[in-house]
Amino acid sequence: MASLTLNKLNKSFGDTHIIKDVDLTIGDGEFVVFVGPSGCGKSTLLRLVAGLESISDGELKIGETLVNDLPPRERGVGMVFQSYALYPHMTVYENMAFGLKLAKTAEQTVRDRVLETARILQLEELLDRKPKALSGGQRQRVAMGRAMAREPRILLFDEPLSNLDASLRVQMRNEIARLHHRLGSTVIYVTHDQVEAMTLADQIVVLNGGHIEQVGSPQELYQRPATRFVAGFIGSPTMNFLPAALREGHAEGCRVSLSGIGELTLPQSAAALDEHAALTLGVRPEHLSLDEAQGSNAFEIVNVEYLGNEVYVYLDSGQSDELLIHRSEAPSRWEIGQKAALVPSLANVHLFDGEGRALPLTSTRDAA
Amino acid sequence: MNTRFAKSLVKRIAFWALIAVLLVYAIFPFYYAVITSLKPSSALFQVDYWLSSVDFSNYITIFSQGSFVQAIINSVIVAVSVVAIALLLGVTAAYALGRVRFRGRTTVMMVVLGVSMFPQVAVLSGLFEVIRVLNLYNSAGGLILSYTIFTLPFTVWVLTTFMRQLPMELEEAAIMDGATPWVTITKVFLPLMWPAMATTGLLAFIAAWNEFLFALTFTLTSEERTVPVAIALISGGSQHELPWGPIMAASVTVTVPLVILVMIFQRRIVSGLTAGAVKG
Ligand SMILES: Nc1ncnc2c1ncn2[C@@H]1O[C@H](COP(=O)(O)OP(=O)(O)O)[C@@H](O)[C@H]1O
Ligand SMILES: [Mg+2]
Repeated sequence: MASLTLNKLNKSFGDTHIIKDVDLTIGDGEFVVFVGPSGCGKSTLLRLVAGLESISDGELKIGETLVNDLPPRERGVGMVFQSYALYPHMTVYENMAFGLKLAKTAEQTVRDRVLETARILQLEELLDRKPKALSGGQRQRVAMGRAMAREPRILLFDEPLSNLDASLRVQMRNEIARLHHRLGSTVIYVTHDQVEAMTLADQIVVLNGGHIEQVGSPQELYQRPATRFVAGFIGSPTMNFLPAALREGHAEGCRVSLSGIGELTLPQSAAALDEHAALTLGVRPEHLSLDEAQGSNAFEIVNVEYLGNEVYVYLDSGQSDELLIHRSEAPSRWEIGQKAALVPSLANVHLFDGEGRALPLTSTRDAA
Repeated sequence: MNTRFAKSLVKRIAFWALIAVLLVYAIFPFYYAVITSLKPSSALFQVDYWLSSVDFSNYITIFSQGSFVQAIINSVIVAVSVVAIALLLGVTAAYALGRVRFRGRTTVMMVVLGVSMFPQVAVLSGLFEVIRVLNLYNSAGGLILSYTIFTLPFTVWVLTTFMRQLPMELEEAAIMDGATPWVTITKVFLPLMWPAMATTGLLAFIAAWNEFLFALTFTLTSEERTVPVAIALISGGSQHELPWGPIMAASVTVTVPLVILVMIFQRRIVSGLTAGAVKG
């Protein structure tokens, strides 16, 4: 177990700058998830920590030690790969013992550690099998066991569940969470799946185009997204975005107007902005209520999805191809073809400026 | 209905006839060599396609010559050494060419391929000089050196192609486990590369075992000769007599080990040769 500090970390492949000035501190025993769209540099950042890629610029510290130039085996990190990458010609036992043997660990210690790891991961019955005789979930566990057997200070996971089918993914997600609770090791976990990120993480790091968009707990990211990107990335179904124009802005709040919906008075501070600045209003599907259509506040319902416990109502925004989504408890009285008025819950909306940054709240309030 | 049946029958017959022709074409020379070797020299020029009696006198003749036995031993030494050296160098080169990123990698691959295209005769005199300078003339070392030169390009190419197909994450997993490149090659890659190793090793063995031109040029005395040269130099009682019987017996003797080797490795060869084509 150890803490980890990234200080202005950079990585370029030739001329392409992939990781840009990443600053991050990970506490001892924390479960940190790197999340972001495909190609944003999550794996690259993880591999920089692992030592599989060289650091172009910046500092990487594990505990108090600068590890920039240490090879992977001296960093005390273990890694679980997306494809598992088990050694096909070795049994489960040999797979887990390989690293320990290379580290010239005493034979008895190797046995003890492998058996202990196998017990934790419920692999005891499988120790003599080869990887090809294992199911997907079992291979996944062996891959974890191999990374854990050497008792690394930091465990790294690169999209470990993406090769499993949906139900197994939920089960393994649970097992990983329980394992972390029990062992309390420091974990960095890469995924592009925001549900995995939300359910597993103590801290989520949202990456976009090689830089950190926001770091925070799942609640923070959900309730106070710092940028429009984070707001759109976290949460399912995604947040609704509507163009808005600033009418009046001062330190205590602002008034914005939206086409169709009309003027709203919001608790965000817009003192720094010009009047008539173009903003984007964001509101989560559960914070967007529907009412009888009135005048221009009438949006056509194009689809209704019934999910048993809740209902998603899709509305034509009238401006872009993106549909607006309203989410409520089932049953719902709304039907396709009807027109409805949009009523955002004013305490829960988000405002983003032209560059996608969230406007700060004037007073503390609890958005949900 | 009937015509369709007749048609399919004709097709079947044509198919098997074709196979029969191919089999006869491929096997007859060897079959005839075996038969000839088992005839006494007096019966040699009767054309028979079946053996009426078996006579081992030709085999006794060749094995009673110390030089032929010595030639077999030389051939084994040379061929085994060539295979061992070619595989060792081939695997390490394949790791460098297949796994390490460096400038000019493609150029190196092209040069390696280019080298293998020279006909043997073209390099014969140059190689002769090299072998004289290295003091390897008339020794097994000279043959091992020259065969390895001609075997390596193929070995390196096949093994590189194969190595490239092993997943990158496998090597990275080994690195995370603390393996050095040498440990990765020997403990992780080699066990997975047996099909490719068997294929290239066997082809290298056959090439070294059958090679004639270099063996004739670079050896002088019968103590250093390999089997193909020894067979060519088997002579009869007079200048005008070619001892067909012993020559055939010797040929059969040196072919049998190859046949056995191919049969042992047959399945591996097939999977090795197709390994590059389809993802397993
Ligand atoms: N070895 C490499 N050489 C060049 N470019 C690379 C290399 N590895 C990754 N990249 C590039 O870096 C970017 C980020 O990749 P990656 O970290 O794998 O993204 P992801 O977030 O999907 O895991 C991609 O555009 C990819 O093309
Ligand atoms: Mg990735």
